[in-house]
Amino acid sequence: MQPSTAITVSHLTKTFGAKTVVDDLSFAVKSGEVFGLLGPNGAGKTTTLRMMTTLLKATSGTVTIFGHDVRQESRLARAMFGLTGQYASIDEDISARENLMIFSRLNGLSRTAAKQRTTELLEEFSLTASADKALSDFSGGMRRRLDLAVSLITRPGLIFLDEPTTGLDPRTRSQMWTTIRQLVAHGSTIVLTTQYLDEADALADRIAVIDHGKLIKLGTPTALKQQIGGATLTLSLAKATQGSLAQRLLAQALHAQPTLHGAQLTAHLKNPNQITDLLVQLQAADISLANIAVQEPSLDDVFFALTTGKIKNEVPDGNSNTTW
Amino acid sequence: MEIQTQHGNLIGNTLTMAYRNLLKTLHNPDRFMDVIIQPVMFMLLFGYLFGGAIAGGVQAYLPTIVPGILIQTLLSAASGSGAQIREDLDSGVFDRFKSLPMAHIAPLAGQLFADVLRLLVATVVSLLTGYAMGWRPTVGFGWIIVIAALAIFIGWAISWVFALFGLLAKSSSMVQSVSMMVMMLLSFLSNAFIPLKTLPHFMRVIADANPITYVITAIRQILAQGAWNNNAWIVLIFGIGIVVLFAPLTVWAYNHNN
Repeated sequence: MQPSTAITVSHLTKTFGAKTVVDDLSFAVKSGEVFGLLGPNGAGKTTTLRMMTTLLKATSGTVTIFGHDVRQESRLARAMFGLTGQYASIDEDISARENLMIFSRLNGLSRTAAKQRTTELLEEFSLTASADKALSDFSGGMRRRLDLAVSLITRPGLIFLDEPTTGLDPRTRSQMWTTIRQLVAHGSTIVLTTQYLDEADALADRIAVIDHGKLIKLGTPTALKQQIGGATLTLSLAKATQGSLAQRLLAQALHAQPTLHGAQLTAHLKNPNQITDLLVQLQAADISLANIAVQEPSLDDVFFALTTGKIKNEVPDGNSNTTW
Repeated sequence: MEIQTQHGNLIGNTLTMAYRNLLKTLHNPDRFMDVIIQPVMFMLLFGYLFGGAIAGGVQAYLPTIVPGILIQTLLSAASGSGAQIREDLDSGVFDRFKSLPMAHIAPLAGQLFADVLRLLVATVVSLLTGYAMGWRPTVGFGWIIVIAALAIFIGWAISWVFALFGLLAKSSSMVQSVSMMVMMLLSFLSNAFIPLKTLPHFMRVIADANPITYVITAIRQILAQGAWNNNAWIVLIFGIGIVVLFAPLTVWAYNHNN
């Protein structure tokens, strides 16, 4: 049986010259979960992933993969995981089949085993028809599939995916999600980085929000959403002239400050039951609605709430010791 | 289901990497263009341009220029491995090599192993072009093999130097331009194309000290006498010296990249 902790990252720090890219990061990834590293461009996600996957030496701190330290026992650690990098880490000049064969051999498979595994993976990732074509004819989605197939040659229990859907069209993106979910169903532990909040929301069991190399928040998508609490109510009025009256009623009913844009009112909704009151009052005032929408907080909201807070607290006097 | 694997087999991994480099070349034959076109072009150009002026005729010039072009081509082929390694390092695929539980040095070793093939092609094309222009060595075929092997070994030894440079340099375009300059200086400031006695004193000192001059002299002597000579010993020891010195340096630089 696999141990319950797949990865332990403790006090991981990376500096390039005077610039601290990853700043004292600590977290643990449980076996069998999908762990999302979420953050904007330049937040330090890829640098963190590169240190976790033995590609980059940490300035300080340690990473262990299934108990193997990535620096001291790098070869043992490397045998534990598959990696799909941000930039297609496949050989552009040779065919899909040749890529799979070569990486199978480099992974230590015998020639016959390599051949068999190559055929299996080509089939599994619907690449059989294009197996011997030049990769230059491959679409972005096919490249990612091949890339992922190469990472799965040894059926690793742990898979790192660095921005697996960046640059893919929506259809290919949802195919990629399906593939990732299948991997999870087979019991793999997955660590993925993404700058797409909906992706982390859709795939990850737990999310670490990272910005400026620091861990801002760690939790389940639901917990993160609860952090900012409540939903957003949007009302579209039939008549824009009733805007200010409706705004007043909304303020009373919801105990919030609604914003008015033309005929559209937006307000924070703490408790869904408040709507009932509101609708009664609107009817009494003879205000008719064109549309009504209640929106759950998205991770975008969570993210912006967390990161804009940081910027606000970074006062110019250099006192930026904000606690989260 | 468990996948049976064997980790870190250096020879197996190196052969796989060499096979990869070979496949890359087969899919992109233009990678061979430099080692095919360059010797043909220079041999024709220099042979017919300078033959009359330097040796009184193309036929008389061929014994001088064939070894000269051969070594120039090998230098150029060797300088290509630096750019190739830099390109590989800059591409995403290298990250995967590094993240695999394979012999760490295999990508580098595979590259240098595959370089031998390029050097072989360069040698064959150079000698065949000379033959087509009328070059008829008087020594037996066995000695042709000997000079080809010596030239390839020297070219391979020098490719370690360029590999080191490729590892230390910032970009592949920089590697290419600097390699080109080094290659030009080494081949032209030698006895590859001209008799050194015509040179002004300071240039002659440089050309005499140029290791390429020794290599070319050794090859010419073997071709003239049909016997191994002292210069050939010097060249062979020089080649071994380069490998002994630069192989560990290159490996070290490779390990410390990142």
